[in-house]
Amino acid sequence: MNTNKILTIDQLSAGFGQAEIVKKISMAISTHEIAALIGPSGCGKSTFLRCLNRLHEENSEAWVNGEVNLEGKNIYQEGIDPVHVRSQIGMVFQKPNPFPSMSIFENVAAGLTIRGIKKRAYVSQVVEKSLRQAALWDEVKDKLKSPGTSLSGGQQQRLCIARALAINPPVILMDEPTSALDPISTSKIEELLLQLKKEVTIVIVTHNMQQAARISDQTSFFLMGELIETNNTKQFFTNPDDIRSENYISGRFG
Amino acid sequence: MMKYTQRKIKNNFMKFLLFFLTLFAVIPLAIIFFHVIRSGFGALNYSFLTSLPAPIGQPGGGIANALIGSFTMIALASLISIPVGIFGGTFLSEYPQGKLSSSFSFVVDLMTSIPSIVIGLYIYAMIVVPMKGFSAYAGALALALLMFPIVVKSTEEILKLLPQNIREAGLALGIPRWRVILSIVLKGSIPSLTTGVLLSIARISGETAPLLLTAFGNQYWADGLNQPTASLTVQIYNYAISPYQEWHQQAWAGAFILLMTVFIFNLIARGILVKSQKDS
Ligand SMILES: Nc1ncnc2c1ncn2[C@@H]1O[C@H](COP(=O)(O)OP(=O)(O)OP(=O)(O)O)[C@@H](O)[C@H]1O
Ligand SMILES: [Mg+2]
Repeated sequence: MNTNKILTIDQLSAGFGQAEIVKKISMAISTHEIAALIGPSGCGKSTFLRCLNRLHEENSEAWVNGEVNLEGKNIYQEGIDPVHVRSQIGMVFQKPNPFPSMSIFENVAAGLTIRGIKKRAYVSQVVEKSLRQAALWDEVKDKLKSPGTSLSGGQQQRLCIARALAINPPVILMDEPTSALDPISTSKIEELLLQLKKEVTIVIVTHNMQQAARISDQTSFFLMGELIETNNTKQFFTNPDDIRSENYISGRFG
Repeated sequence: MMKYTQRKIKNNFMKFLLFFLTLFAVIPLAIIFFHVIRSGFGALNYSFLTSLPAPIGQPGGGIANALIGSFTMIALASLISIPVGIFGGTFLSEYPQGKLSSSFSFVVDLMTSIPSIVIGLYIYAMIVVPMKGFSAYAGALALALLMFPIVVKSTEEILKLLPQNIREAGLALGIPRWRVILSIVLKGSIPSLTTGVLLSIARISGETAPLLLTAFGNQYWADGLNQPTASLTVQIYNYAISPYQEWHQQAWAGAFILLMTVFIFNLIARGILVKSQKDS
């Protein structure tokens, strides 16, 4: 096993009921890198991503086969608690989703306080650190008690990133985190991700190929549930190995 | 240009129609409201609120025991129906799959459509007859049965309004599902749940028929919860069907109190809802 690969995915298949949405995917993701997943709508990117923190199985029809190894340990091994897996792999969603009726502070602290970590000083310290990491501290430090939902869309998304960071996961999954945001908020989040990757590994689904090219180190191209190509991002966008990747990035389909 | 003018005319016509229909719905409400205020407010005084009903044919008398009786029975009913109802509604909203959930949902729907007099009759047969007497317990139980499905349904609908990805965000933080439901879903819905509960209390506080069959009514203070107990609605009924002009006045005054209580509950419920929407 290559030690700088924090996630290795082996023959992962997943779907709902009869349908196989993700088909025998194997790939590896390096520590402190940003891995982008791209592909046409409906090709199974979200489904794949949700297998990486065992959120997929929350759907009653869902099934999964294969292995996902986090730091060498298969998260699908028998006896492993999906709740524990999710505390190690954070997630940020397409639409900003701060918890309702919770202040900015409570939102960031939620992952700690709800799981029983209530020491005031420690929680405040984590909240401040996470908000700083999410480049939101300066904007909200004077109104930590205001509702999380009172922030702008872009701020809400950074709040959600801070919330995910607060439990200190080595990996964070992001499913089109900027697709609901304006260009300025988007570029703020892109800058933020480039900062964050010094501390966490990021797997990001995006429909925006420029975004993938700008921020990611590795790009994986999905098509109808299959992984067509995983490559160094520069290589992928200048000289892809597969003709289908080339067709996709030059806009011939998808 | 022609098209624009036409559209404007149509638009104004529809606006007028909607305004007219709204007025049509509001007018009867306003008439009832003002009639009750006009007839009831005059008969209202301090001794009406603090004394027992007068013996037949005598002037004066009040609704003190009825107010306390209503309050006691509604509070008891709430004590049962609010927690159990919220629990049931949460179950329907958060675990909608499975046989248990769909049969429970069916039962609750059925309960909603049972006429209140039938519920009264049922409690009469099941509680009053075997216990050999009317009681506040029986009255509260009848109200609880009426209130329960309302609380379940409103809770279910309120929780279902919460976007699915809020729950997923909780799960993705490594929080177990039951904790997500408790600390994120329910806690996040407290303002709207409060509104639902207040409306359900307002809804049952006007019930008369089931109380007549279960708590019956009492001219005096009840000696305990196992005694026949007066209630505002039944007292209004008794005053209203009497042949005495004076007592009709009392009925209007009682109606005024009831209407105001329900009205204030509705206002508070609405206020909480508006405030919580402003905050988010
Ligand atoms: N709950 C579900 N039940 C059944 N099928 C589903 C469910 N969710 C998604 N699917 C199907 O799985 C397929 C892949 O969906 P997925 O959301 O993973 O695609 P995606 O690549 O993320 O698409 P997009 O770019 O539009 O987000 C789609 O065909 C979709 O219809
Ligand atoms: Mg998707």
